[in-house]
Amino acid sequence: MKTCLVVDDSGVVRKIARRILEGMGFSVIEAEDGAVALEACKRAMPEAVLLDWNMPVMDGFEFLVQLRRLPGGDQPKVVFCTTENGIDHISRALHAGANEYIMKPFDKDIVVAKFQEVGLIALDVPAEA
Amino acid sequence: MTPPDYEYLRKLFKDHSGLDLSSDKQYLIESRLLPLARKCGLAGIPDLIAKIRSGSTQHIVQAVEAMTTNETFFFRDKVPFDHFRDTIMPELLKARAARRALRIWCAAGSTGQEPYSLAMCLKEMGAALAGWRVEIIATDLSQEVLEKSKAGIYSQFEVQRGLPIQMLVKYFKQSGEFWQITPELRSMIQHRQLNLLHDFSQLGSFDVVFCRNVLIYFDQDTKINVFNRLARLMDGDGFLVLGAAETVVGLTDTFKPVPDRRGLYRPNGLRAGAGAMPRAAAVAAGR
Repeated sequence: MKTCLVVDDSGVVRKIARRILEGMGFSVIEAEDGAVALEACKRAMPEAVLLDWNMPVMDGFEFLVQLRRLPGGDQPKVVFCTTENGIDHISRALHAGANEYIMKPFDKDIVVAKFQEVGLIALDVPAEA
Repeated sequence: MTPPDYEYLRKLFKDHSGLDLSSDKQYLIESRLLPLARKCGLAGIPDLIAKIRSGSTQHIVQAVEAMTTNETFFFRDKVPFDHFRDTIMPELLKARAARRALRIWCAAGSTGQEPYSLAMCLKEMGAALAGWRVEIIATDLSQEVLEKSKAGIYSQFEVQRGLPIQMLVKYFKQSGEFWQITPELRSMIQHRQLNLLHDFSQLGSFDVVFCRNVLIYFDQDTKINVFNRLARLMDGDGFLVLGAAETVVGLTDTFKPVPDRRGLYRPNGLRAGAGAMPRAAAVAAGR
């Protein structure tokens, strides 16, 4: 089973994301900021990271930069999921090595589409509702 | 909705758009017509039906438009666009090398996601198409969706379904909460209102026809008729792309499936320039 690390300082968003991702067949771990997430990645690299931008302690962008420098840190597919919806933020994220970008608000269809886009889930396997 | 009302609307939609509703689609009619009734300032569906029965062209047109499905997103189903990039374009780049011109028809262009997805595919091919003239003609029954397609303005929700983020960055300009296709890409698409039930030979010849998820709403004779008229606009080495749930098999032999390419078909070389109108077309045309 693939693991997805959900990084968001909102417990509600983490819960929603968990429900969607578990429905897509992922094992989910949660982190409330970039620093906690980075520690989790050092212990075990997940296949996927769903990543908020604005968080206390360490934001999502800084987490991404640090992650990509770790041994094996180029492996996880990182999908931003943030209210930072400006083209400048999107471009910065892509330059820093993000694989996809979700603009909040999001729903299951969007997560499925983006995860298909980066090859985390197969095209022909629709996720359970 | 009373059963006579339902039968009346079924026949109305069938006659005007070819939409062939089975006897259990009341919910579909209600879900589409209730918003329309409200938009028209009417209390509900019975009032709207009364307007339609009284022959109000304006209400009939809007009802037909509301019923034709416009559910679509960028790179819908993905596979057809892989076919376009990996099979259709490489073959046509060779086959049309002398002419260096291609014509592509999106026969149910809807709100523009399909034609713009094709335009993005073409842009991604870059130098391979330098010096080529590629036309994309997008048609739809509904003037309302064509206007949306022309404007090329999409909500944040719409640009997140099927569209890779790199494509969004490259081919859209952000404007507040909305995203608009770049003028360059918009200039690649010609829009025309068109009912597939009517003669479309005036559109000219095509090398590629995308006709996805529209014929499923037509009855068998209508499908055969459309396929046969499509075949007459295409050379033998052209390509027809149908939706995932659609096929020509068992309906007509004017197209044959491309092996191992789901949804992809080629004309059988029966182009009726020589007057060889297939039997089924003759039957359907007499309807």
